[in-house]
Amino acid sequence: MDVAVGDEIPTYERMSSFQHWNRYAAVNHEFVDIHMDDRAGKAAGYSGAFGMGHLQWAYLHCVLHEWMGEDGRIVSVKTQFRSPNLNDLRTIAHGRVTGVRDVGGETLVDLEVWTETEEGTVMAPGTATVALPH
Amino acid sequence: MSETEVAGTWISDEMRASVGGEYAQRTSFPISASDIRKWAQAVYYPQPPPPLYWDEAYAAKTSHGGIVAPEDFNPFAWMTAAGPADVPDATAPGSTFPEHNLGVELPATTNMLNGGIECSYTGVRMRPGDVITAVTCLTEYTERPGRLGLMLFTTTESRWTNQEGQLVKTQRDILIRY
Repeated sequence: MDVAVGDEIPTYERMSSFQHWNRYAAVNHEFVDIHMDDRAGKAAGYSGAFGMGHLQWAYLHCVLHEWMGEDGRIVSVKTQFRSPNLNDLRTIAHGRVTGVRDVGGETLVDLEVWTETEEGTVMAPGTATVALPH
Repeated sequence: MSETEVAGTWISDEMRASVGGEYAQRTSFPISASDIRKWAQAVYYPQPPPPLYWDEAYAAKTSHGGIVAPEDFNPFAWMTAAGPADVPDATAPGSTFPEHNLGVELPATTNMLNGGIECSYTGVRMRPGDVITAVTCLTEYTERPGRLGLMLFTTTESRWTNQEGQLVKTQRDILIRY
């Protein structure tokens, strides 16, 4: 793969909705009121229920693998959850290359990664490092 | 005001003294191929998940040599090998908090959020049949003012190993309470 600093990788996009959250709750046993009930979301200070941070975390892994393929290795990912993924807004996971290094025979790529809403609000900013497939 | 909410801080002396404490060790049931497939279906919905996560014949021909789980897969959902008593009940206030498991009085917060996650992966993937053990320590308390009041940030660190003692990942979780 040819990779250069500044490259943006293809986005990974999913709707933010109960259809998605309920499926994730079912596999992660994450039945928390703020993800299930608008009243609980409002009681927590938001406009309604919102999706799991863990689901945005999953999307940040998907965006990396969809770009580099299944033979690429995720070395590290870190993110902060700063804004909720509210209902009926598309969640878009992004990545932008910030560094390319050769280490021990591997090509390591550092990226800025983040999720944002379709309206452009950054929800989960972070960083990642991957090892490209040989 | 509870005894833990003093002088504009959520962090009691007892909480501060508990930093560094190991408070949870979880061991999974053996991971099943269906666990992995359903996880991938939920995360990739409404698109089909990659065949690496569900098609054994396909996966056997890849560099992985068989089905692997996505790196973010959680093998501890829906009960651990310790049985029902070890399943944190997300609807029971405080049951998942480190203080609860360290015998420390809980801060009198009323809401919680997932503040962030940091993971380092070793390249050892989780596979069907694997038994994963996670050991978790309380790493740090910090706090700062936020839009919704004084926010307590609790950082924990978990080391996940497989049945062969191979380190799979190290994960730091940041819990926000207010």
